[in-house]
Amino acid sequence: MSAPRATTWRERLGGGRAGGSLLAYAVLLLLAVVYVYPFLVQVATSFKTDPEAVANPLALVPQVWTTAAYERLFLRSDFPVWFRNSLLVTLCVTAGRVFFCSLAGYALARLRFRGRGVVFASLVAVMAVPGVVLLIPRFLVVKQLGIYDTFAGMIIPLLADATGVFIMKNYFESVPRAVEEAARIDGAGTFRTFWSVVLPMARPAVITIVILSFQGSWNELAHFIVSAESPELVTLTKGVAQLAAGQLGQGSQFPLKLAAAVIMTIPVAVLFFVFQKRIMSATTGAVKE
Amino acid sequence: MSTQRAVLARTASRGSGVRGREAQAGWLFVAPVIVLLGLFLVLPVVMAAWVSVSDWTGRGSPFSAEVDFVGTQNYSELLFGGGLATQDFGTALRNNSWYVLLVVPTQTALSLFLAIMVNRKWLRGSSFFRTAFYFPSVTSSVAITVLFLFLFSATGVVNKVLQAMSVSGPNWFADPRGVLHVLLAWLGVERGPAVLTDHAVLGVSLWQWLAGPSVAMSVLILMAVFTTSGTFMLLFLAALQHISDEVDEAAMMDGTTAWQRFRFVTLPMLRPTVFTVMTLGLIGTWQVFDQIYTGTQGGPGKTTVTPAYLSYTASFQSQQWGRGAAIAFILFAIIITMTVLQRRVIRGRDKDGL
Repeated sequence: MSAPRATTWRERLGGGRAGGSLLAYAVLLLLAVVYVYPFLVQVATSFKTDPEAVANPLALVPQVWTTAAYERLFLRSDFPVWFRNSLLVTLCVTAGRVFFCSLAGYALARLRFRGRGVVFASLVAVMAVPGVVLLIPRFLVVKQLGIYDTFAGMIIPLLADATGVFIMKNYFESVPRAVEEAARIDGAGTFRTFWSVVLPMARPAVITIVILSFQGSWNELAHFIVSAESPELVTLTKGVAQLAAGQLGQGSQFPLKLAAAVIMTIPVAVLFFVFQKRIMSATTGAVKE
Repeated sequence: MSTQRAVLARTASRGSGVRGREAQAGWLFVAPVIVLLGLFLVLPVVMAAWVSVSDWTGRGSPFSAEVDFVGTQNYSELLFGGGLATQDFGTALRNNSWYVLLVVPTQTALSLFLAIMVNRKWLRGSSFFRTAFYFPSVTSSVAITVLFLFLFSATGVVNKVLQAMSVSGPNWFADPRGVLHVLLAWLGVERGPAVLTDHAVLGVSLWQWLAGPSVAMSVLILMAVFTTSGTFMLLFLAALQHISDEVDEAAMMDGTTAWQRFRFVTLPMLRPTVFTVMTLGLIGTWQVFDQIYTGTQGGPGKTTVTPAYLSYTASFQSQQWGRGAAIAFILFAIIITMTVLQRRVIRGRDKDGL
């Protein structure tokens, strides 16, 4: 069905099919180069020597291959600690968000209780508070609660996410009721019904939350700056940001900094390519008002 | 059988015991989220509101007896004090205003353009292009900033490309000159007229307000467009897929040109998405922090300081917690005002009809 339509499109697109589409391809290719080339140069430069990175920044193939930047990062710096911290925080935040968001989303979609409307309205209001405004206020609370400079202070404030609750609520509303009612008749409690019957059916929404939380907490910087100060609690974003600001010795050291940036990009890049289709639609779902 | 069960379930849930249990479970299920959001979202805002009207210096509890209520002093020092605090805040507002003014329209236009380009039905490799344009949005702002520090360094990729075209590029991240001032200097205008240089708003002369973003800030503007256009492209793509081909084809039958179809058919139908993108863009661009922290620390010559970054340095570096919190609240007010204003404009236009 779509093939004949495609030809009419092509024919009618401003002045003949060949000319129009050739121009479109040229523009798209040029744009794609602009978008992709920086990342290729980034990877290439991380394998160059310091002088070559400065003298010949454009080359995609190093004249002299060296893994010096990576060796230095992994063997003679705190980089492995940063990586471990980022991983730990991200895994905890992701697991926590999936659990808490789906619990709350289920209650708001399915369970009848007094005050449900108020809870829902407050969530909407809370979503309107811009994150950066919370930078200092969050520090105040974290400090007051005595969890400043601990993993708890870095993780717990990131656990609840109003957007995630919405995504789960919307999904649960689309799951047919009959299934859980059957489970309940069979004697399962509310939590059992939720945990072993409804949640497994909400896999697509759960994966969306996993993607958004993983990406969000792996890339988070501001909260880690204000919630901890010890070197043992530095995450990748914070460590690399401070490295970029020039705290690891003299010179520009681009291969080292870019190697660090490459490694911190790999986990989210892998996640992206594995769940590419879903990410493309998750983003639109989450951002849409 | 299943209808029987449904009926049974309904009658069962009418019984007060079951309903009570359900209500209990409901509250139990939403409790963690409520507690967490209350503790780390609502309570912080309340605490910061108190700190912004206090003289707390960061030592001890902000609620201890030694901390005094100073009224609107922190706010008035920022807005009317005329000292360094006002000047810094004015500079931050100027920097961020140019950033918003240039990033929001550019990212909206570019992402719309990208979406229309990759949405063509005959396009081969469309998923490759989508991936390429979206990828920068996946990576962290820290990693992207590190990359841009390299691309735009004095001997970096961009300057090498410019050199090939026999243009000598500036030392991007070290150049505090406003781009409009640079353009005027090329035209021979080195100093502003007295009207502009003698009058100041928030401690910054009108001539300086009109300087445009500094060269360093311009790189951050490019970076913002580079990293956000992919996300917004997806929003436009989703909207484009809801526009039926028939409408477009009907317009084609009427002998319209491609531009007319875009201007009078596609664009009006995309209006809600355009406004969503602009609102999200507005909210996002007033919150620049990561890029400044990683890339420029406010320099050169304070031309990349933003209110968000200033609020951080005022608190954590200068120990002026009241001032830092006050800046955060003013920023909050700016974002809300801008969003509401934009909503008003949309609603006003919608009443006028299409």
